[in-house]
Amino acid sequence: MATDLQTILPELILAVYAMLALVGAVYTGKDNLTGPITWLTAGLMAVLALWIGTGSAGSTQAFGGMFLSDAYARFAKVAILIAGAAVLLSGQEAVARRGLGRFEYPLLIALATVGMMMMVSAGDLMSLYLGLELQSLALYVVAAMNRDSVKSTEAGMKYFVLGALSSGLLLYGASLTYGYAGTTLFSGIIGAATGGEISLGLLIGLVFVSAGLAFKISAVPFHMWTPDVYEGAPTPVTAFFATAPKLAAMGLFARVLFDAFGGAVGDWQQIISLMAILSMALGAVAAIGQTNIKRLMAYSSISHMGFALMGLSAGTALGVQAMLVYMAIYLTMNVGTFAFIMSMERDGKPVTEIASLNQFAKGEPLKALAMLVLLFSLAGVPPMVGFFGKLYVLQAAVDAGLTWLAIGGVIASVISAFYYLRIVYFMYFGQTEGQAQAPMSPAAWVALMGSAAIMVLGVVNLFGIETAAAQAAQALVN
Amino acid sequence: MVGLEHYLGLAGALFVIGIFGLFLNRKNVIILLMSIELMLLSVNINLVAFSSYLGDMVGQVFTLFVLTVAAAEAAIGLAILVSFFRNRGTIAVEDVNVMKG
Repeated sequence: MATDLQTILPELILAVYAMLALVGAVYTGKDNLTGPITWLTAGLMAVLALWIGTGSAGSTQAFGGMFLSDAYARFAKVAILIAGAAVLLSGQEAVARRGLGRFEYPLLIALATVGMMMMVSAGDLMSLYLGLELQSLALYVVAAMNRDSVKSTEAGMKYFVLGALSSGLLLYGASLTYGYAGTTLFSGIIGAATGGEISLGLLIGLVFVSAGLAFKISAVPFHMWTPDVYEGAPTPVTAFFATAPKLAAMGLFARVLFDAFGGAVGDWQQIISLMAILSMALGAVAAIGQTNIKRLMAYSSISHMGFALMGLSAGTALGVQAMLVYMAIYLTMNVGTFAFIMSMERDGKPVTEIASLNQFAKGEPLKALAMLVLLFSLAGVPPMVGFFGKLYVLQAAVDAGLTWLAIGGVIASVISAFYYLRIVYFMYFGQTEGQAQAPMSPAAWVALMGSAAIMVLGVVNLFGIETAAAQAAQALVN
Repeated sequence: MVGLEHYLGLAGALFVIGIFGLFLNRKNVIILLMSIELMLLSVNINLVAFSSYLGDMVGQVFTLFVLTVAAAEAAIGLAILVSFFRNRGTIAVEDVNVMKG
């Protein structure tokens, strides 16, 4: 028991902190404490990331295998915590400017983060479900955080209904998996689904679980909620949606596919590669006509999820490594891009129209340059780090014999370059003046410039995440 | 004799009714919440049936977790619904349409 608690100590600390801070803030300063609580939460998350990152190597289990702590979980947790802390800090000023500075916001983010840490450590269908719901329930609330805005509450409503539907699908799949495998432990399920011989009930369970998880990572054909939720939710919240939860859901997806259904790679490979190609294609084509930068980023994230799924569909350790590297790069790019989008305003009011960025580079050359780097990286233009992420997943797909998927990925990447470069074109060569400004808090400025710098400097060795991702992939696929 | 397949059939039917309720309903958001609840409860029937069939307690423990989460989910759904109603003055599904996705 004591060692079990030792294993889940980071999650416990964050959860207990969030609950104590909620009660404490209600009885004392309430919304006046939002600033300190935001910093405290982000600081705690950063400390936990450092602790987990430098902590003991090797794999441990807790609670009879329901909770796994291995290199894979640690990699994902460090990325989730850092991304969460970065989004909290860079969005703090933007939240306050929109009049949303409630003390519950950072604490809900902390609780969602606990859920995400549970998700990537899940070793059992029950801990999977509870982690997923803890994350989702907190996110439904923050999506509707701007209570006086029609768009925000509508976004919350749509997210809730479709999220609940996806949880239902996942749960139905989980119940079938339990029934036909006779256990909810992943280590038991893999014994029932091995050697290409998989019972029909288990196969249906796998399909339902995959459908439920595809909702959470917004892969086509389960992507419908994404553009509306991204557009409607307050921009700092959208920034969070686009980063940590995506990695957590992707990490959980890989965990289920390899830990529970690792014996049936041939069965899920087709589903995953189909979702990958559809996501890449739809994300690339549908974003072209968008005028709202948040909707554009929604389609961009759908396309990026397609690329990450391509790594997963390879079904090899190299594929998982490629997926992890890709997601880490994607997180970094999005933290910077959203730090910019959050600060966009015209006449003191937040704007999200792409047209308002016309001639932006004349007023703010440095920020425009940072955005140029980030957009090039998102598009996967060669000198930037984003290109290497794409190269990794393409390599993994080709190695696994999925050449058609890799070719589809390259075509989708070329198409999607168009809309990223269109923003750059507007910023530098726009015809009329868009009059957008981007006043930033120091934290947001650091996030934007830092992630742009990483996109350039990371070319040298990707800051060593390759080795960490390789170890993580080895821990998952064996 | 009522066997496992009858329970699975019932749960499957309820689950499908729940999904259809979500997609075909054009009237009221409350009905969406009821459909979601129906889906989760059909899963519970599944879990309990399997648990009894396998002689394994885990399914029933899972059911308790699902019930708890379903309650929390309903609470949050209703809370979002109330704030939506305050802004729009309606809870018809057709009116959840400011953004077209």
